[in-house]
Amino acid sequence: MGFPPEIILEAVLNGLLTGAVYGLVALGLTLVYGVLHIINFAHGALLTAAMYGAYVARTALGIDPYVAALPLAALFFLLGYAVQRLVIGPASRGKDENILLVTLGLSIVIENLMLAVFRSDTRSIDAPYAMDVVEFGPALLGYPRVVGFGATILVGIALYLLMTRTATGKAIRAVAKERTGAALVGIDVAHIYAVTFGIGTACLAIAAALLLPSFYVSPRVGNAFVLVAFTIVVLGGMGSVVGALLGGLIIGVVESLSGLYLGESLGQIGIFLIFILVLLVRPTGLFGARA
Amino acid sequence: MAKFEVARRSLVFGVAGVLAAPALPRAQAPAVKLGILQPVTGALSQDGEHGRLGAELAINEINAGGGIRALGGARIEMVFGDARSNPEGGVSEVEKMQAEGVVAIVGGFASPICLAASQAASRYDLPYVVDVGVSDQIVSRGLANTFRFGPGFGVVTSAALDNLVALNDAAGKPSRTVVIVHEDGLFGSGMARLLNAELPKRGFEVLETIAHPTPARDMNNVALRIRSLRPDLVIPSSYYAEFVLLARTMQQQRIRPKGIYCVLNGAASNYRFVREFPDAANLVMDCNHWPDPRKPKTAELRQQVEAQNRFWLYNTPMNYSAVMLVADALERAGRADRAAVIQALAATDGAFTKHIMPYGPTRFVNGQNQAGAPVNTQVQNNDIKVIFPRDFADAQPVYPVTG
Amino acid sequence: MKGALPILAFAVLMGLAPLLVASNVVLNFLVFTLIIALAAQGWNLLGGYGGQYSFGHAAFFGTGAYVTAILQVRYGMNAYPAFTAGIGVAALVGLAIGFLAFRSGLRGSYFALVTLAFAEVFRVLANAAEMTGGAAGILIRLQANPANFQFAERGTFLWVALALVTLALLATLALERSRLGAQLVAVRENEAAAQALGVDVLAVKLRAITLSAAMTGAAGGLYAQYFLYLDANIAYGTWISVEALLAPIVGGAGTVFGPVLGAVILHGLGEATKSLAGSIPGIDLVIFGIVLILVVRFPPRDLPGLLRRRRRA
Repeated sequence: MGFPPEIILEAVLNGLLTGAVYGLVALGLTLVYGVLHIINFAHGALLTAAMYGAYVARTALGIDPYVAALPLAALFFLLGYAVQRLVIGPASRGKDENILLVTLGLSIVIENLMLAVFRSDTRSIDAPYAMDVVEFGPALLGYPRVVGFGATILVGIALYLLMTRTATGKAIRAVAKERTGAALVGIDVAHIYAVTFGIGTACLAIAAALLLPSFYVSPRVGNAFVLVAFTIVVLGGMGSVVGALLGGLIIGVVESLSGLYLGESLGQIGIFLIFILVLLVRPTGLFGARA
Repeated sequence: MAKFEVARRSLVFGVAGVLAAPALPRAQAPAVKLGILQPVTGALSQDGEHGRLGAELAINEINAGGGIRALGGARIEMVFGDARSNPEGGVSEVEKMQAEGVVAIVGGFASPICLAASQAASRYDLPYVVDVGVSDQIVSRGLANTFRFGPGFGVVTSAALDNLVALNDAAGKPSRTVVIVHEDGLFGSGMARLLNAELPKRGFEVLETIAHPTPARDMNNVALRIRSLRPDLVIPSSYYAEFVLLARTMQQQRIRPKGIYCVLNGAASNYRFVREFPDAANLVMDCNHWPDPRKPKTAELRQQVEAQNRFWLYNTPMNYSAVMLVADALERAGRADRAAVIQALAATDGAFTKHIMPYGPTRFVNGQNQAGAPVNTQVQNNDIKVIFPRDFADAQPVYPVTG
Repeated sequence: MKGALPILAFAVLMGLAPLLVASNVVLNFLVFTLIIALAAQGWNLLGGYGGQYSFGHAAFFGTGAYVTAILQVRYGMNAYPAFTAGIGVAALVGLAIGFLAFRSGLRGSYFALVTLAFAEVFRVLANAAEMTGGAAGILIRLQANPANFQFAERGTFLWVALALVTLALLATLALERSRLGAQLVAVRENEAAAQALGVDVLAVKLRAITLSAAMTGAAGGLYAQYFLYLDANIAYGTWISVEALLAPIVGGAGTVFGPVLGAVILHGLGEATKSLAGSIPGIDLVIFGIVLILVVRFPPRDLPGLLRRRRRA
């Protein structure tokens, strides 16, 4: 099955554009994992909630998703902070299996709250630029996806600076490495946990705003991105910001090419096989430092 | 004490009389309980809600019109069950409905739910009318209690094929090459297999068959392959969200085949798609369940649905019709007895006209309505029109699409 | 055997249900809860006692279910040997996944994620394969006859499911008392220390996952015989992976009765909230989720947990 080079090139470009947003979704997940060492089952539901947020901003308030991205991110930072501080933290009492249950419970609550409020319909917005394309050689790249790619890179850089250049970032990294030690030197671990969860949730809000113009929202839409986000987190190394972004791009391209050669349906297996192989061969991921 | 009893009873009667003033003489007939099973939470909730709406509208209409005449004007009381989008949920609701003493059950929507729920109902010889579930396994198990008013998968696919050939022939055979895009579930996969076997026999060449999962996150690669293959026709069979993504991506990528001919597609028969993306939806054709546009009742029902701020989907008329079918069977059975209702359902004939589906005279064989058939629709001028078969059509097909 | 008494008491009490309760609503609820409890008991062996949290027990549930169904439908085998074969193949799948995962030293979240990925691979394959009926699913012919492992009465099926759950409870108790059980707990508490004491960690984990998969596979086979229909999303869907891990964690992971207790609590709660559901879909599940979080915050397992601790003291 040979494809002409321009088709392969375009498939790779498509993969990169899609993969960037995957990376953004994975960014929140990997950050939370790296610091709190929890697998956040509510991640997909929070993404759904953020997409409804962007949807409401557009339909009720007339604010374009790209404009709404930053306010939404701020709002979801607060939401994430509150959820960790008021729900996950107290309810889990430090036990991993409890965190699992609590985040699962949260995902059920959020998903069905969305169902109750917005009903089950699949909704999308018709942004004026949704059909615009950016011509790249023979390839026609959808404008919203190109914006998504650029914004993801920006968010990645911002997050990287935050983690390396600010006191909060240093505190987050200290807690991630050694939580008792960090507590001993006076870092408020519960606060840092909540901040980290907040940042992870804020990433989701931006991802939601970037996705909405070319995608849709329904009460279960976030689930579509969760498994792939887990794959990326593993591939990139749990807790690694750079790993999540690069992992996202890699998974995007793999998905795109395996879709081209195996069909979109069986192509899914390509992702899982990579996932399993990476786990079996190099569980720290491509960019993970910790064993 | 006795006095008090009498006083209270008359008081109750008095209140009931005021409430039920229009239907006063018949108010004493005991209500007939009808089970309505739909998945209103979980993955299938969108379809389930529209199905429930159809059943509700039918029940309201029957009750407002004086109930079941043969039962002294008995009202129909809805016993609703949420199947939670899985077969276990369906079975557990059937058990509850059985305990509530329903006379029949309508609904299920998805084939797995219909299969499990109708089987659970068969333990009690409880009539079960499938609303949508197209799997042919539903009516091939020899369950005497199970009826399906709409068409099964085999009928839909062969009609889709025949209609496509007829359409293409009538237009002077403009199309020869085809790309099939399908979701990898029951509808899509079965459809693709059949098209791959049948289309070459009828002079078409299938360039490529592309399966995609539900939910799909991205349709750019599918669009990319379509663009590189330049087919005359694209035949998609997907659920709503995926097809909308595909249609929008094709529009964005400036892919304009001579026709987009959907089969059992969630979107091309959905007004939400037509409203929200008129350009992407324009002139898309679909072979699917759809109500009969020539019946006045269809427009009336659609108005009621839209008055509630809901979109008009096929689930609503199909459930409306299925409830009407049960009501008709009750009228003919003359008693709210399950065995009698099963007998009456099986004996339904062309005299049953209260449905709004574009079917010929009803005739059940092994529980399957032989007249159940899909129609071809096309999005024209921001509306969904029936273009085929001609007996039910309210518009001419626009095909091949030019420009 | 000490400790078997409560299990037998449970079996007798639950076994009386079909005699005392005529309502099929209740019996159907109990049967489904027992099937989930069996799947969860399987998870408990590996996750509760061994500390290896799997997110992919669907791989075993689905294999048990599909093998049970396929051998009957495609090869005309009787349901009982088909069911037995289903358990066997599920155990093999468990052994294979365990071998790959544990040999690579995967633990914690990594193990959890790899099991999840395996289950997803199975789901995608089952959805595409001819053998499984693909997306159309596979339907076991309805022939309510004990010879076919199908029963006209829900009560009879309840007894069958109960017998299997009781066996699973006894097996768990035996495991708890056995050398393997002790080694498993040692691995859970401190793998390095267990290894230092001469425990063959890999062998212990492999035995645990094989037993675990067999038990959950049996639940899958039961599901197939009870509902008589399977498709890839039912058999290998994440729902059952979640059910299998949720019940033991809620009821008490690493305890004999935890999974049964958890399954009863969760499904009881599900039914209770469902009856609260108004006309707005989803509200009942919102309440369910909130109660679930509250249950974690104020765990009911503290009750049996307290009892257990007192007995030990």
